[in-house]
Amino acid sequence: MIAELGLAALWIAAALAGLQLFAGIWGLREGGSRMASLVRPAAIVQALLCALAFGVLLLLFIRTDLSVALVAKNSHSAKPMIFKLSGTWGNHEGSMLLWVSVMALAGGLIAFLERRLPERTMIATLTAQAFVGLGFYGFLLLSSNPFERLSPTPAEGMGLNPLLQDVGLAMHPPTLYVGYVGLSVAFSFAVGALLTRQVNPDFAKVMRPWVLGAWIFLTLGLTAGSYWAYYELGWGGWWFWDPVENAALMPWLAATALLHSASVLASRDALRAWTIMLGVIAFSMSMLGTFLVRSGILTSVHAFAVDPERGTFILALLVLNVGGALLLFALRAGTISEGQRFSVLSREGALVVNNVALSAILGIVLLGTLYPLLTEAFDVKVSVGPPYFNPVGAIFFLPMLVVLAIGPLLRWRRDRFERIQGPVVAIAVVGLAVLAGVFFIAGIALLPLLGMALAAAVAVASFMPLRGRSLRRLPLPVWGMVVAHFGVAVALFGMAADTAFQQERLVAAQVGDTVEDGPWRVTLNSVEPVAGPNWTALEATLSASYKGGEPRVVRPQARSFWTPPQETSEAALLTRWNGQLYAVIGGEAEGGRWQLRLWWKPFVTWIWYGGVLIAFGGLLALIGRLAGDLRRRSAKEQIAVRRGTAAP
Amino acid sequence: MRWFRWIMLALAAALFGLFAYQLTQPKDEFVHSAMIGETIPAFDLPPAVPDRPGLSSVHLADGQAKLLNVFASWCVPCAAEAPNLARLEAAGANIVAVAIRDRPEDVARFLEAYGNPFSRIGKDDISAVQLSIGSSGVPETFVIDGAGIIRYQHLGDIRDSDVSVLLAELREAGA
Repeated sequence: MIAELGLAALWIAAALAGLQLFAGIWGLREGGSRMASLVRPAAIVQALLCALAFGVLLLLFIRTDLSVALVAKNSHSAKPMIFKLSGTWGNHEGSMLLWVSVMALAGGLIAFLERRLPERTMIATLTAQAFVGLGFYGFLLLSSNPFERLSPTPAEGMGLNPLLQDVGLAMHPPTLYVGYVGLSVAFSFAVGALLTRQVNPDFAKVMRPWVLGAWIFLTLGLTAGSYWAYYELGWGGWWFWDPVENAALMPWLAATALLHSASVLASRDALRAWTIMLGVIAFSMSMLGTFLVRSGILTSVHAFAVDPERGTFILALLVLNVGGALLLFALRAGTISEGQRFSVLSREGALVVNNVALSAILGIVLLGTLYPLLTEAFDVKVSVGPPYFNPVGAIFFLPMLVVLAIGPLLRWRRDRFERIQGPVVAIAVVGLAVLAGVFFIAGIALLPLLGMALAAAVAVASFMPLRGRSLRRLPLPVWGMVVAHFGVAVALFGMAADTAFQQERLVAAQVGDTVEDGPWRVTLNSVEPVAGPNWTALEATLSASYKGGEPRVVRPQARSFWTPPQETSEAALLTRWNGQLYAVIGGEAEGGRWQLRLWWKPFVTWIWYGGVLIAFGGLLALIGRLAGDLRRRSAKEQIAVRRGTAAP
Repeated sequence: MRWFRWIMLALAAALFGLFAYQLTQPKDEFVHSAMIGETIPAFDLPPAVPDRPGLSSVHLADGQAKLLNVFASWCVPCAAEAPNLARLEAAGANIVAVAIRDRPEDVARFLEAYGNPFSRIGKDDISAVQLSIGSSGVPETFVIDGAGIIRYQHLGDIRDSDVSVLLAELREAGA
């Protein structure tokens, strides 16, 4: 019965989304305010029902209720509990339910909390949210029902893809989804503002925490996904420019640009149309990503259950939502006035450069991702990889970093170069010194060399905004900016160092052999079979010593899962502050030898430390903004009370 | 900047058109060999089982067109195609094989269970020959003409309907 409860909750939620849409459209017309009063309650109840439906699916997975087709296809009674839980979203139907639930919760939250904008704009925003949501309800209920029953009930489930049975991946999809779908709020706000012609700093202030929240989750999701691919796939790489990775990167790029342009709009009332467009683009990229991943239109290492019918459905949603929003933008953008003007050498000027560069990188990634699809239409098969993405992206990425270093030093509206001469020279000296130093000592390739120099320059520059200010009275959002920009430097340093100094060894080793890899001496002590709850493995015991120090033991495994049957390699990692030793045991070679693959990856962990720092910076800024909003709200209420009127 | 907004819309429309077109196109998931029409690269594999000789590129250029089957004892579709390989052999095809990443005792057990239509079986422990002829998986079957030139590639297991196709290709290659 419980599965039917979930399904019923989902249908009612969909009906409420329909109500929200029609009440909203009605309410936006003259004299429709009574209908408009239905919009907020509909959104809130809808959120609760979706949460219920998702909770039901979780419960079905916890109980391994095999009479539900989705559970039987993706779970197994012998699976550890955490992977039973993560199995809920480790499949197409469950992850789409997660999508719809996150979207409904976000809509419910704005309906419940947000009262700063004119009510008409809020109604228009929630109507847009309902429109987008209704499409995804339709998709879920008509072509991807997660609660479908299976008759007869099988004796055992088919299990979850072993690559997905991993703690990192248990967390990766939900974080990424919250980010992806959280951007729908920015989309709805942008559409709402366009519909009611209310594009002003208030709109940006209301939208900003939502974008910030979604962006924090996207950052964490990307970081976790990259680390998961790094240690679980056993290939030793942390970014492959795979279409599905790009699908997650593109919304992040757009959201990063949106975050910065929303700041300009909120503080200076400039970049109105541009901010609106980015709001539309950011969520469009989320939906495009979902389309690419789910339709199977591109070949990717991420093998999702693909189905052309589903692809057609999502494409229709994409046309309706993105096409509709872009059309509205094209029609209405002319009525948005330009906003305040500013000179090129100003904080706004730097942020515009940053925005253009981010958008250009977004365009480059989008083109590279879709190019194989385009040429395939003309029967030419190509694959686009790092030789395109890295250097072409760098054309915009490197100048953007220079602006990132200098921009925060500039004043709003207009500034003089003489005023910031001192710090700029200091930053440049640090960058050039590192450039020269690394060039003469190591002589590495151009891109990592520039990356290292810019990492040093950005690291120093990120703390420059703290100069001459009282650290205790500095607003939290400024701290957030400092931490996030420093995180960019840390991540960049990790990427450059790993690219430049990685050392790889592939050997066929006998038990007792010692292999050298960079500063490491690794001895293969033994290879023995081990068994886990749903796998067996060959486990190698290696003792590794760094520069002749105390040896540490690591145990890479070659695992065989039996439900479903699949081989995975569990890399063993030895982490030091300055990098990681990455060891993979392969199959048996001739003569009792074992294929052993070793990488010494200097500073590679800094990539993910940087990612976490960036997200943490976002969190600081978000807390700062929310605290500021609360303070202002209570101050307003006090004023209202003193005047003897009711609080708004 | 007015035109810019309409360009965005036009680009989006073009993109949607491309997506719609590609969704209707059948997806070719197979990786076809780039070696078709080329001479087979030189190799010399030791025998995979005691009762059949090994395989070298010289044997594939001895004037007689042959089928080259890439298989492994751990591959389920390889067992499924065994009856059709037997039918091909009965129809007069000379079939040679490369066993991929396999142990001799496993290959012997596999051939005992599913029949042995092969005149020669080479042992390819690191998939070197498989990769050099442009095969990306098991099973695959190639038609090699008498001069050692790869004429045709069949991907996946040989179904009943594929038998006549392979025989026709073999005849065309001069068998």
